[in-house]
Amino acid sequence: MIDVIVIGAGPAGLAGAISCAENGLKVTVIDEFVRPGGRLLGQLHQEPSGEWWNGIKESEHLHNEAQKQSIDIRCGVSVYNLEKDEDAWNVHTNIGTLTAPYVLVATGAAEFPIPVPGWTLPGVMSVGAAQVMTNVHRVEVGKKGIIIGANILAFAILNELQLAGINVERIVLPEKSPLSKNAGEPEVVMKSLLNAAHLAPSPILRFGSSFMKNEGFRKLGMKFFPKSGVKVNGTPLQLRKAALEILGKDQVEGVLTADIDVNGNVIKGTEKVYEADFVCIAGGLYPLAELTAVAGCPFKYVPELGGHVPHHSEKMETPLEGLFVAGNITGIESGKIAMAQGTTAGISIAKHAGKGSTDINEKLEQAMKNVHTVRQNAAIQFNPEVANGRRKIYELWDVFYGKEQDTLQEIG
Amino acid sequence: MNRIIDHPVLGKLDDRKKIPFTFEGKEYEALENETIAAALLANDVRTLRVHEESGTPRGFYCNIGHCMECRVNVNGQANVRACLTVVKENMVVEKGKQHPNIVKRMVENR
Ligand SMILES: Cc1cc2nc3c(=O)[nH]c(=O)nc-3n(C[C@H](O)[C@H](O)[C@H](O)COP(=O)(O)OP(=O)(O)OC[C@H]3O[C@@H](n4cnc5c(N)ncnc54)[C@H](O)[C@@H]3O)c2cc1C
Ligand code: FES
Repeated sequence: MIDVIVIGAGPAGLAGAISCAENGLKVTVIDEFVRPGGRLLGQLHQEPSGEWWNGIKESEHLHNEAQKQSIDIRCGVSVYNLEKDEDAWNVHTNIGTLTAPYVLVATGAAEFPIPVPGWTLPGVMSVGAAQVMTNVHRVEVGKKGIIIGANILAFAILNELQLAGINVERIVLPEKSPLSKNAGEPEVVMKSLLNAAHLAPSPILRFGSSFMKNEGFRKLGMKFFPKSGVKVNGTPLQLRKAALEILGKDQVEGVLTADIDVNGNVIKGTEKVYEADFVCIAGGLYPLAELTAVAGCPFKYVPELGGHVPHHSEKMETPLEGLFVAGNITGIESGKIAMAQGTTAGISIAKHAGKGSTDINEKLEQAMKNVHTVRQNAAIQFNPEVANGRRKIYELWDVFYGKEQDTLQEIG
Repeated sequence: MNRIIDHPVLGKLDDRKKIPFTFEGKEYEALENETIAAALLANDVRTLRVHEESGTPRGFYCNIGHCMECRVNVNGQANVRACLTVVKENMVVEKGKQHPNIVKRMVENR
């Protein structure tokens, strides 16, 4: 008998599994990737203290902890459906169906694609794909690259490519279109970068440091943004250039660009081709929440959290009995926060299952507090308004489900 | 492409066993526990399949199982994600192929 099935062996899923097991529950973790760690595996950045956040090491640490707790981790297994019988959840996978009274869905995030013409050519990849190829698989993605799209994740991964000796020639914007939306509008991009600048993982990545520090420049804004771009860790960030098309016959050979005005409109006659053998598309992240949708969970659109998220409480419960969530499925944030949420979810599940010691309520409160603390000290943050987004969803929970939960608590 | 042997923070790539496999009938070597997508890229192969309808080339896109762009045939099994599948000794990997679109060809040839 399994007590808890955890879907996803990222930081949230592993931390959740560990805290479930510590409280006496029998746990199975399922993940479709080749090894445990999720998107933590590819992460590599310098903390304000100067220390490196090495995702491979952090993942190994979590994996070891999980092994000590005799948690069954199955990699290379995909979950494609999730439904509830009278009193247990059926988790359908490519190797058969697993059943348990509790399920923790910790499937993380996915990247928004930006379909720039030519984007199906081999050699075009999401920026996260380049991160995984570089830091996890240790294979060069190319010799000369261009990143399309300017956001925090693009900067973090630019730094990682540079560390590995991979040459990124420039960062440009996608051409403005109904599909690229704001990502193609220099003024909007600039504003979001300025808002988020202090949230970048390391000082050298803090976008256009010298440019930004100058109050005068800031006010003038995009109009006077240098054509050649401002340097982010040595690579020009060209907010007044857009990628019109990715060129190549059998694989990427270059990118056709043009200058754009402050609103992202192409300036005719400024077209220019830059050679490249790989292109990374940075469209940003959204919560990967399909499985909770299939399970029947209601959703709320919260832009600060990165998109549609399943209704959930601060204790990581969903409105569906026995179904819990943690990590980026609840909103886009960095790995440490996902871990802290996972721990909260684990304790919460143990409490619902009537496990754990008499101080389980205190532990749960402590774990919830810890999520806030970790958030306040986060070295990387994807949306400056994330705390507001969190508040919105918890308020929604109180309005819709608060009473029910209180009575549950009284009984429990 | 080359493998990233020395890394200033992650350190040296550890020595791993070499695993022979074939792609489109040609022999290649992967490192132990490497995915098909990574092993092929390390051997300079970017095209994993051609589009079923148009025949235009495709490679990996997301590298983590989300987009399905990397589907290949593995030991006769179609639509296997190259970015999630570890190379095993003597694995036979083939490109996802173009399908005959009889109706379209008929219309074209009219
Ligand atoms: C491409 C990418 C790059 C990122 N880079 C950074 C970064 O550099 N720095 C940073 O701070 N944050 C980064 N993030 C944000 C990242 O989501 C968090 O830092 C953190 O890893 C989230 O943890 P998690 O446990 O919620 O999800 P994840 O770490 O994403 O783990 C989820 C796991 O669930 C598995 N899974 C998903 N669906 C299924 C299914 N149906 N069946 C089986 N298994 C499934 C996945 O294989 C994955 O291993 C990145 C996110 C992405 C998508
Ligand atoms: S590259 Fe996206 S699923 Fe494999």
